[in-house]
Amino acid sequence: MSILVNKESKVIVQGITGSEGTFHAAQMLEYGTSIVGGVTPGKGGTKAVEGKVDVYNSVEEARKNTKANVSIIFVPPPFAAEAIIEASEAGIELVVCISEGIPIRDMVIVKKIINQNKTRLIGPNCPGVITVDECKLGIMPGFICKKGDIGVVSKSGTLTYEAIGQLVDAGLGQTTAVGIGGDPIIGTSMIEILNLFEKDESTKGIVMIGEIGGQMENEAAQWAKENVTKPIVGFIAGQTAPEGRRMGHAGAIVSGGDDTAEAKMKIMAECGIGVCESVAEIGKKMKEALKKGEIN
Amino acid sequence: MKIHEYQGKEIFRNFSIATPKGYLIEDIVEAESVVLKAQKDFKTEALVIKAQIHAGGRGKGGGVKVSQDYDSAISNIKAILGMNLVTHQTGSSGQKVKKVYVEEASSIKSEFYCAITLDRNTGKDVFMVSTEGGVEIEKVADETPEKIVKIWIDPLIGMKSYQARKLAFGLKLEGAALKECIYLLQKLYKCYVDTDASLVEINPLVLTSDDRIIALDAKFNFDNNALYRQSDISSLRDFDEEDPTEVEAGKYDLNYIKLDGNVGCMVNGAGLAMATMDIIKLAGGDPANFLDVGGAASAETVKNGFKIILSDKNVKAILINIFGGIVRCDRVANGVIKAVEELGLQVPVIVRLEGTNSKKAKSILKESGLSIIPANDMQDAAKKVVSSATKS
Repeated sequence: MSILVNKESKVIVQGITGSEGTFHAAQMLEYGTSIVGGVTPGKGGTKAVEGKVDVYNSVEEARKNTKANVSIIFVPPPFAAEAIIEASEAGIELVVCISEGIPIRDMVIVKKIINQNKTRLIGPNCPGVITVDECKLGIMPGFICKKGDIGVVSKSGTLTYEAIGQLVDAGLGQTTAVGIGGDPIIGTSMIEILNLFEKDESTKGIVMIGEIGGQMENEAAQWAKENVTKPIVGFIAGQTAPEGRRMGHAGAIVSGGDDTAEAKMKIMAECGIGVCESVAEIGKKMKEALKKGEIN
Repeated sequence: MKIHEYQGKEIFRNFSIATPKGYLIEDIVEAESVVLKAQKDFKTEALVIKAQIHAGGRGKGGGVKVSQDYDSAISNIKAILGMNLVTHQTGSSGQKVKKVYVEEASSIKSEFYCAITLDRNTGKDVFMVSTEGGVEIEKVADETPEKIVKIWIDPLIGMKSYQARKLAFGLKLEGAALKECIYLLQKLYKCYVDTDASLVEINPLVLTSDDRIIALDAKFNFDNNALYRQSDISSLRDFDEEDPTEVEAGKYDLNYIKLDGNVGCMVNGAGLAMATMDIIKLAGGDPANFLDVGGAASAETVKNGFKIILSDKNVKAILINIFGGIVRCDRVANGVIKAVEELGLQVPVIVRLEGTNSKKAKSILKESGLSIIPANDMQDAAKKVVSSATKS
């Protein structure tokens, strides 16, 4: 078991003929992801990724021909919001948007539409989702993962890889790792992913990685206190970030109050999450938390 | 992206939002002619002289002065133009004032607060007003939150007139002023949406003694992601307000923020970059910068990153922390070698490479013969870079 994606997921790639789309479609195919088609308006009827993938003019057409239920988007930011809406309207159940730099106003509208259509969106501006040895739906390096029983949810890309690397070093594999993105408006929140991991029988422990800005980690911690029975280990990046400066991600900015790393770590600890002071402790701490769970 | 008050007021005028009339001075030789012209055109002796910098708190820092006559206007302009204005937002080093705005003075009956921004939690725009204008709104929110009236606007529906009425009633207005305020608030929301602003704030919005509603200030933040479709807005960018090294880094597509410490760091990915700064601090050091080289770190990017870090003379050691996913560590290693060969090894360099082709990268660095210090993991890297920075 796993969450969001598995062997059965039938994936289309929106923007498959662009350089990013082509490169990552090839990488995903190599990992074993079932890519059943691609979409580039105007290039329908051609083949992409060295002749391996059929290209369609629209998501609707791709879905009709392939029965795809999942889409991943590599479309330039001015067109990415519309690409998400197109997928949602065509009945795709899960959309992962990798594109970085979508205007916030566009995302606000996208969010309304996907909520109405009950489409699940991961991202934008995220590394995607990987269910180990089954389906890689994103840009993360698949080879660093090892199959196991830890779920990972994170706002950041390379920090997710760091966490996965440490878990593997500590002898812990993963079920699914989800990069939800660090923009102010994202499709799926930490709470929703925690909920999925809690319900997933294969997942025995959860690593949750956040950063400065916003309230998502605090809400997730408070929700987890009441609703999650599995051990959670958490880390917040940006303890040294100065107030009022945007640290890379559009959402990573301390505006004062309880969106600092310190405040979030305190709230998480109060809610029973094993908080890592240092990023280097993630693997070790998860191992300890699992042992503690066995004794209890 | 931020802009100056005078630019914000120009945008207001384009949306028919009432603001006082004003002229800009960039050179002290214009002072006399501009003041005379302003007094004549605005039909008033009294003028307000306002420093144009992006940071807030200008008034408290001495950057805003009311002048009752010609002589005091001139002496205030002389005092403010060119001054180093220190406010709670500029930091201790302050910001040099290169422009002043000369504005007609308004006779004020009441001052209000008014702002629109995005509420991340609801995905709606939140529009708030308060009768407590002209003061720090954070204080009002803390002490008398009931004095802030808020409405949430669904982006698919837009702002409805009953919502604008609720805000205007919240300001305890009546008669013509009430009507005028409702129109102004609706126009302000349109302005916020049409310009892809992430924040628009008027503090104070005032009721004048002749019952008009006008915006005495204009503060904007714009969504950087939307600037591609807002060419009028992006042309308002003022590079004098930004750190020159950060501007330079931007040209190379590097995301750099200068900090006060002495440990330089170069990392791929914003989250990992922040975590690297944090672990440097935990190891007893002080990060000199945030630097995210992005997802496509090439030899060229690494070299440019090196240049940017070394332009900060405080830097005593550099930590390169790359977790290769799509980025191949062997390429990064070659970039490091190329950069060191070209720029020289001015300070100790500690390198931690993990992920794609990391083994190959480690042997490339070893065989290079350069005295680059390898590190096994983040803990090891932080310890080594901090001890190198302390020694040198």
